[in-house]
Amino acid sequence: MGEPVKAKTNRIGLEMAPYRGGKTTLCAGCGHNAISERIIDAFFEMGVNPRDVIKLSGIGCSSKTPAYFLADAHGFNSVHGRMPSVATGALLANRKMIAIGVSGDGDTGAIGIGQFVHLMRRNVPLVYIIEDNGCYGLTKGQFSPTADVGSTQKNGQPNDLPPIDTCMLAVQLGASFVARSFSGDKKQLLAILKAAIAHRGTAMIDVLSPCVTFNDHEGSTKSYAYVKEHDEPGGEVNFVPFFEDISVEYDPGTTTAVTMHDGSKLYLKKVAEEYNPTDKLAAMRLMHETHARGEFATGILYIEPDKDDFVNQLNLVDTPLAFLPTGTVRPGREVLDAVMEEHR
Amino acid sequence: MNKVVNDFSIQVATVNGSGSQTANLVLLRSIFQMGIPVSGKNMFPSNIAGLPTWYTVRANRDGFIARKKEVDFLVAMNAETAREDVMTLEPGRAVLYDEPLKLNQLRTDLTFYPVPFDKIVATVCTDAKLRRLVKNMIYDGVLSELLGIEMGEMEKALRKQFGKKVKAADLNMGALKAGADYAKQHLTKADPFAVERMNKTGGMILIEGNTAAALGAMFAGVTVVAWYPITPSSSLPEALIGYLKKYRVDPATGKATYAVVQAEDEIASIGMVLGAGWAGARAMTSTSGPGVSLMSEFAGLAYYAEIPGVVFDIQRVGPSTGLPTRTAQGDIASTALLSHGDTKQILLIPSSVEECFELAQDAFDLAERFQQLVFVMSDLDLGMNTWMSTPFTYPDRVYDRGKVLTAENVKALGAEWGRYRDVDGDGIPYRTIPDTGMPSYFTRGSGHNERGQYSERPDDYQRNVDRLARKHETAKQQVPAPIVEDADAEVAIVAYGTSHWAVVEARTQLEKEAGLKTAYMRLRAFPFPAEVDAFIARYKRVYLVEQNRDAQMKMLLRIELPAGATNHVRSVLHYNGLPIDARSITDDILVQEGRKARDTVEAAAAVGRGAAAVATAAREGE
Repeated sequence: MGEPVKAKTNRIGLEMAPYRGGKTTLCAGCGHNAISERIIDAFFEMGVNPRDVIKLSGIGCSSKTPAYFLADAHGFNSVHGRMPSVATGALLANRKMIAIGVSGDGDTGAIGIGQFVHLMRRNVPLVYIIEDNGCYGLTKGQFSPTADVGSTQKNGQPNDLPPIDTCMLAVQLGASFVARSFSGDKKQLLAILKAAIAHRGTAMIDVLSPCVTFNDHEGSTKSYAYVKEHDEPGGEVNFVPFFEDISVEYDPGTTTAVTMHDGSKLYLKKVAEEYNPTDKLAAMRLMHETHARGEFATGILYIEPDKDDFVNQLNLVDTPLAFLPTGTVRPGREVLDAVMEEHR
Repeated sequence: MNKVVNDFSIQVATVNGSGSQTANLVLLRSIFQMGIPVSGKNMFPSNIAGLPTWYTVRANRDGFIARKKEVDFLVAMNAETAREDVMTLEPGRAVLYDEPLKLNQLRTDLTFYPVPFDKIVATVCTDAKLRRLVKNMIYDGVLSELLGIEMGEMEKALRKQFGKKVKAADLNMGALKAGADYAKQHLTKADPFAVERMNKTGGMILIEGNTAAALGAMFAGVTVVAWYPITPSSSLPEALIGYLKKYRVDPATGKATYAVVQAEDEIASIGMVLGAGWAGARAMTSTSGPGVSLMSEFAGLAYYAEIPGVVFDIQRVGPSTGLPTRTAQGDIASTALLSHGDTKQILLIPSSVEECFELAQDAFDLAERFQQLVFVMSDLDLGMNTWMSTPFTYPDRVYDRGKVLTAENVKALGAEWGRYRDVDGDGIPYRTIPDTGMPSYFTRGSGHNERGQYSERPDDYQRNVDRLARKHETAKQQVPAPIVEDADAEVAIVAYGTSHWAVVEARTQLEKEAGLKTAYMRLRAFPFPAEVDAFIARYKRVYLVEQNRDAQMKMLLRIELPAGATNHVRSVLHYNGLPIDARSITDDILVQEGRKARDTVEAAAAVGRGAAAVATAAREGE
């Protein structure tokens, strides 16, 4: 009889169990499941207590996933395309919570494009993940607004409208953290997710996540084979959380260092000589050029670590609004008397 | 000539954007300060500037403050409508008009008072740009002289109106006095209408319903407000923002104890309200019919996932864009059943500014008690017009935060807590609020069992919606009860919201003119408390007064009450966009009672219809 194997714990002493979720009901091999795994890893490794987290979603395959990670977090699966508003309201009520929202390409790019736009404008402190497969899974494979021109459905039907590039849109709208990744790139996705958790503001991550059932055939630009083939990693993403004191050797000529809101450090390898992830124009140019080549740039494409976030801008008291005592939120008798006097 | 004291209406016809509102409020307030009950109703176009607008001040010694159809004293400042305004007056009425309009040539059975406004304004205001705005104060001066409104009260009202803007107040005082002087020197009183001091408004206030509702929300401890501009709701959140900035900022730190967001649309507004309500805040939005329509999907989520929130619906005329600046009670049925599937919402219906203040507070308590949306169904007439009221009572109630479990409670329950389990038999389950250390559950708008887990099982689904029906039953006895006034009579009147004021007056008319005594019940909420069923059963003929075409409240009664219980309920419907008046109710009931012929009533209605009541081709706008 050997010693019982001690379960692995993280820096706040929690085991993996509360970070896991219910059993997935998505198709075997679905990219979304891999993303859920990375979310579990990221929160565990960052040492965030799931009880401090709110996880939200809209409607669709991707929006089912909050049930499959962070079992102890407070979950809210809302209505199609409207999760940003629900997340905004929840964060106004309790500014202390850490929020993660999962959306899909239909949920964000079609029905939810309006709320997506205003979420970016406001810079609400939320990790916003788009699990992007270019199609509607739950309704059996129709094109979504992120499908490329010429990409075909399973029945051979080609898509003839240009795609919405959510990352490009986000940069233009004033998002403070814009990244793109691939559900099959474990290392990169995990680093991006950890950086997103450390970021204060909207961290928008478009994760290409092939649909094994409806969009994994020859002719689709969102199939595993195609995505793997055309992924252009924008250099390595090295994330060093604030609680790890690692001196990273880096060459300022080829790497950009970014200090994040919580003191964590991000080292981004330059994709090109003139590329700077804090420069909007450079980010746009990179996306345009790779897109023109039929490829897509992945990595942290744009970051503005010090941009004021929406909740901060509202200058709220420190105590979450939800828990303010009556004495604080109900003005005294003299206030009503004064107002009544004004109306006499 | 018999004097008519403290019982008349003054209608000022001007154009939108000419700054006449200040003069109209000074007129209203000065009569009010003389102790006479008043009401002020603005009938304005959906337009920024340049279209006709009519403001009616009613003074009534008996305290009747509903709209009155007849105009007794017309102030014709708008060339475009002046002719029509004059032609629709009843004989014996008075007209104060801008001299160049030569209105006195139109009729011989009215008293005409020509006033050369441009000449007078040139003597008191050197700045040509300001003349247009100051001009209106001249008619106040003329009226003070003709009607006997004390100049001291006019000045007091004017100074109050301008507050700290002393220079503007002085300039306007000059115009007021010039108007009065002109009347003294050039006009001879020839109409019967007069104001004489009374003592019926002592200690009372003048306020709009939207301002009152905003105050109610602030005292109810609202912390999250998300809204989107829409007529006639916007003045509610705007008043609320003003009060919150003044009274809800921590003096020590300068930090806010509230968050207000002007959202991108009504869907985002209600989404934010739900997010905030789910996370434990007292959250609200304010909108009108088109906004409520947009909120429908979220309203179903709130009902099914059981999330609190408060929605003020300041009703206007629909369908579609409808008449954005006119009043109606047209959202009752659609809001009560708002969203797809089997949903039933809670509605509270204020009749007065005081109830706007009080029901706002009930709404937050009930929303958290029942974990669902509560709609406060106000309307344009109540929300945007000026009403007299006794001062509001300070609320010292304990906020009802509903069935919220803490971490300790849940721990004590062990594995027993089910988010959607009916523990107490009242249909209301226990919830936790997302926070550090709080036991979590998964909230979803899809099928769920008692533990909040995803479920498509037929028994889980049915048990859950049956429990929601049980919750609706519980709500019946906890929403505000109807106000009942029984009588030894065969006939009863049932009304709700702003119809109340016209009903009170109509009951007096019915008794005076036809010896018809009536009982009266004023509904204040949906679902209906048991008193509602009982009252309706007690009377032979019941007249349900509504400001919509389709008798929407009657529909709801039919849905909620036992079969046959509403067979003797008849309808009195008023839906032309103008606030309901007593005469319309009285005549309609007398016709249905067989005491008056329909055609005589219709002939009478055709007379005395001011131009304001004649359709004007207004440009479309929001």
